[in-house]
Amino acid sequence: MNNIVEMPIAKAINAGLREALKNDPKTLIFGEDVAELGGVFRVTEGLHKEFGQQRVFNSPIAESGIVGTAIGLAMRGYRPVVEIQFDGFIFPAFDQITTQLAKLQNRSEGFLTMPVVIRVPYGGGIGAVEHHSESPEAYFAHTPGLRVVSPSNSNDAYWMIQQAIESTDPVLFFEPKRRYWQKGPVNLDGAPAHLHAAAVLRAGTHVTIATYGPMVPVALQAAEIAAAEGNSIEVIDIRSMSPIDFATIVESVKKTGRLVVAAEASTFVSVSSEIAARVAELAFYHLEAPVIRVGGFDVPYPAAKLEELFLPDADRILEAVDRVLAY
Amino acid sequence: MTIDAESPLVQFLSPDGEVRVPANLAQYGEYLRELTEQDYLKFYRDMARCRRFDNEANALQRQGQLGLWIPAIGQEAAQIGSGYGVGANDHIFPSYREHGVAITHDIDLISILKMLRGVNHGGWNPDETRFHLYAIVLGTQVLHATGYAMGVKFDGKVATGNKADDLAVISYFGDGATAEGDVSEAFLFAAINQSPIVFFCQNNQWAISSRTDAQTKVPLYQRGEGFGVPGTRIDGNDVLAAYAVTKKHMDDAREGAGPHLIEALTYRIGAHTTSDDPTKYRDEAEVEYWKARDPLDRLEKFLRRNGIGQDFFDDVAHAGEEMSREIREATFALQNPPVENMFKHVYSQQHPLIDEQMAWLENYEASFGGDE
Repeated sequence: MNNIVEMPIAKAINAGLREALKNDPKTLIFGEDVAELGGVFRVTEGLHKEFGQQRVFNSPIAESGIVGTAIGLAMRGYRPVVEIQFDGFIFPAFDQITTQLAKLQNRSEGFLTMPVVIRVPYGGGIGAVEHHSESPEAYFAHTPGLRVVSPSNSNDAYWMIQQAIESTDPVLFFEPKRRYWQKGPVNLDGAPAHLHAAAVLRAGTHVTIATYGPMVPVALQAAEIAAAEGNSIEVIDIRSMSPIDFATIVESVKKTGRLVVAAEASTFVSVSSEIAARVAELAFYHLEAPVIRVGGFDVPYPAAKLEELFLPDADRILEAVDRVLAY
Repeated sequence: MTIDAESPLVQFLSPDGEVRVPANLAQYGEYLRELTEQDYLKFYRDMARCRRFDNEANALQRQGQLGLWIPAIGQEAAQIGSGYGVGANDHIFPSYREHGVAITHDIDLISILKMLRGVNHGGWNPDETRFHLYAIVLGTQVLHATGYAMGVKFDGKVATGNKADDLAVISYFGDGATAEGDVSEAFLFAAINQSPIVFFCQNNQWAISSRTDAQTKVPLYQRGEGFGVPGTRIDGNDVLAAYAVTKKHMDDAREGAGPHLIEALTYRIGAHTTSDDPTKYRDEAEVEYWKARDPLDRLEKFLRRNGIGQDFFDDVAHAGEEMSREIREATFALQNPPVENMFKHVYSQQHPLIDEQMAWLENYEASFGGDE
């Protein structure tokens, strides 16, 4: 029996967090404004009231302190889930994340594990001021010891947050903020996919588009338009930026021979770059065209009135599709 | 040469080896009354052991056996005294110079040498030893200690009414680390949560080549006040002050008093590390001034005044030689780590990239047919 409920991504994460708090008394949620307010995006709404001040609490506005104390709490046997209010505010915690959280298990030769989840609303498209629209996932995907994932739909949001909390490794959990209120079905009884498995969301034969997070609906839209023009596009939601499920991408490329990788992040030295490089290595003889990356430009995230031009849309993806099909 | 001598300083053991407990410090002084002769001898033995270990490790570095050594010479009283002020359940978060604290908590000293030889990055069991790993990025461990102390309180292990159940946390750091934002954030988180933690700052007056006045405009023991963390300055070369003040504030923390900052004013007699050259930036006269205030000499004077004979000091010297020999032998016997150690414990669960790269390296190495 499947128990399917329709809910937006923000509510699905909230429901997943509630499950984690219920299932393990060691799970804690803290961060800036996550208690009574429920976070600036209301993702933790109601959890403070339900689980109390000791399980869900506000922290000082000090991101390094948030992650640093989460590390200490993990050493004490807790499973902290911390919220970084916006993508662009994660950098004060960069040292604790990259030099400590990512390395402590290795440094201690396995005596310590670091079951810490860092939730980060990320990406643009909300007309925000500077530092509120960024996609910093590549910094963390580049750092050994971290796991980096991003759900693109409600079902994944519900399950992936729980899987991230269950993980005994640190997980950077990137939440596509402009999709928070995008509704979708959640199968509350369903067996979830592996946290790091890619998902083929639409089958196709001519071109593969690999993408993740907020770009997934854009890629699906592009595939729909392409279909009307007679081009069959396969859309893969990679779901995990570290590790990356290359097997699923390569299997698709063996069929289509063409790959476009789409993401909001600046393209230079990005997750997209890694996918392009590895697919060239793993599927060289199957490729009919070079892998093309469609992404943000290599500029600081622009002022809101320009962000529509910065963010790839379906047309930008289709332009890349045309280019790979031209070979 | 001495830092604002006007500031109050808890001192019980004078440089002449006399013990005096001023009336206004009676709250600390009572901890000295519990000490037996065996305790005083233990303090001296371990301070001497620390000094010996330091000298031996320094020599091993000069012989190429260690990649680096980080001397703690001059800081033995601050470390041994505070180390013994820490209770049997308490957790210790050291920086990277706390060899003396390690001695007071039975850490296998070879595991410290292993790290500085480059066999691993630490690798002792922090849970079992309650002595956490050395932290090299300054101040990071102070936040970990604070988070740990928050957890202790969440666990209800503060002021339980059963002293055998309570525990507190102590975090070590230096004068230089106080400039790091992490230390200020730790003060704040600890104060807001009234966490059971003692911040133990060894002010050895030099952060590599920078004097303390390059790190702070106010005495360091006052640094926590604005965050709600009261502070006490002690004579860091007085093992009795280090012991009593640490023990008092750890006891208080276990009883729910919240955080306290202790500044132990001491002096780094040696270099920052074996890669450093202090002759470039400080006068020999200053070093001599502090050598004359050596923490071991001070305790030795006290012990001799109190009838401890030469036999004891001969025994300590003999034990030191024995330890040096053991350390040399153990260091020479250290094996290089197996190649797979590079890939182990990066993740706790299977990770395709790591597995793939480890397999690749194995095949690559095997391709030389064992001739390389």
